[in-house]
Amino acid sequence: MANELILLDTWVSPFGMRVRIALREKGIKFEYKEEDLTNKSDLLLKMNPIHKKIPVLIHNGKPVRESGIIVQYVDEVWHDKAPLLPSEPYPRAQARFWADFVDKKIYDTGRKIWTTKGDEQKSATEEFIGYLKTLEAELGAKPYFGGEKLGYVDVTMIPFYSWFHAYEVSGNFSIESNCPKLMAWAKRCMQHESVSKTLPDPKKVYEFILQLKKRLGIE
Amino acid sequence: MASNNGDVKLIGAWASPYVMRPRIALNVKSVEYEFLQEQFGSKSELLLKSNPVHKKIPVLLHNGKPICESSIIVEYIDEVWSSGPSILPSDPYDRAVARFWAAYLDEKWFPNVRGAAAASSEEAKNAAVDQLKEGMALLEGAYVEISKGKDFFGGEKIGFIDIAFGSMLAWLRALQVMLGGVKLLDEEKTPGLCKWAAKFSADPAVKDVLPETEKIIEFAKLLVAKIKAAAASS
Repeated sequence: MANELILLDTWVSPFGMRVRIALREKGIKFEYKEEDLTNKSDLLLKMNPIHKKIPVLIHNGKPVRESGIIVQYVDEVWHDKAPLLPSEPYPRAQARFWADFVDKKIYDTGRKIWTTKGDEQKSATEEFIGYLKTLEAELGAKPYFGGEKLGYVDVTMIPFYSWFHAYEVSGNFSIESNCPKLMAWAKRCMQHESVSKTLPDPKKVYEFILQLKKRLGIE
Repeated sequence: MASNNGDVKLIGAWASPYVMRPRIALNVKSVEYEFLQEQFGSKSELLLKSNPVHKKIPVLLHNGKPICESSIIVEYIDEVWSSGPSILPSDPYDRAVARFWAAYLDEKWFPNVRGAAAASSEEAKNAAVDQLKEGMALLEGAYVEISKGKDFFGGEKIGFIDIAFGSMLAWLRALQVMLGGVKLLDEEKTPGLCKWAAKFSADPAVKDVLPETEKIIEFAKLLVAKIKAAAASS
């Protein structure tokens, strides 16, 4: 049976980017469908009725939902091509832990940076830098979180690199000067075609959040 | 007697549904472990050292190495003790479905249990209860679809979703009592889950782990008081 893969996604979503990077790393062909989240397609609502969110990967008609779950699914089905999770249980548990850390901390705190002002924004910015430093410590001297090559945690975190400029301008701070090792890691990841082809232009991401703020009625 | 399983310790607390998950998983695999219980209201040095990032229970210590986050611990247990009965399904799509429901329970459903128990107004409480009831309808549908007529989400034996959801049963039952008889497990609306709950609770891997509803009700009073005190002083 032919493998039919459709990805419901939006160009700017860091969660969607994870799935695209994983598929591209493994050289898997897929059909990309850009969703308008202000006018969700019937297909999206049918494939993810509970959360109504992207990304959704539809594999031979069956939906897989939640970006971390989708990446693990892709890694398991196409396990012989560029494996993302380690093969041993303990390092696997560690990879899942750090991906979960990124999920719990980075997006929500980052969102506070561009949706708030004054003291609230300042404390969100400090919290955000703190989390990046925790990640830097976990990275240590390794080229990637996955060790010698891109792994699950790298794929989970790198999409946020395209959002760094938006966070920096909104919060008036520099990620490079606070976390130089993480920036070096990000640039190393960008040398992979799967990543550079997926991540949008950071300036476009910044324009996007400016427009989103207008739409949400945030100053 | 030397154990091939290595040194297995679990840092946790009897009342925490998240801690119940690895306990049930270890029982499924017949792995003996030392249960290190935290004192209510304080965190031990060992916990802070083993989970410096989140400082939360449960933490599994396997030969001294820590594994954190309940679902991650359960997957680890399933992978290490792979000769025992399997907890996750073998098919990748079924695994993705199992992980989806565990995430749903953690992110959407269980927060409403806390919300309903610690609500400061009737309105907030009713809103949380409504969300819980909606969730129960979804979970009933999932149970019917995934169990395919067998007793459990995992089929003939308990699996990942059973453990993720079943670990919350004591709290669910306690909440029903605390809210004056609100029916979340409803013979009419969720008949499948009612049968499932009884079978799950009686499973040998579960019955010594799931606390009595009365004990949770007593504990919940302490916890709610603590939450309200913290909210008042912040």
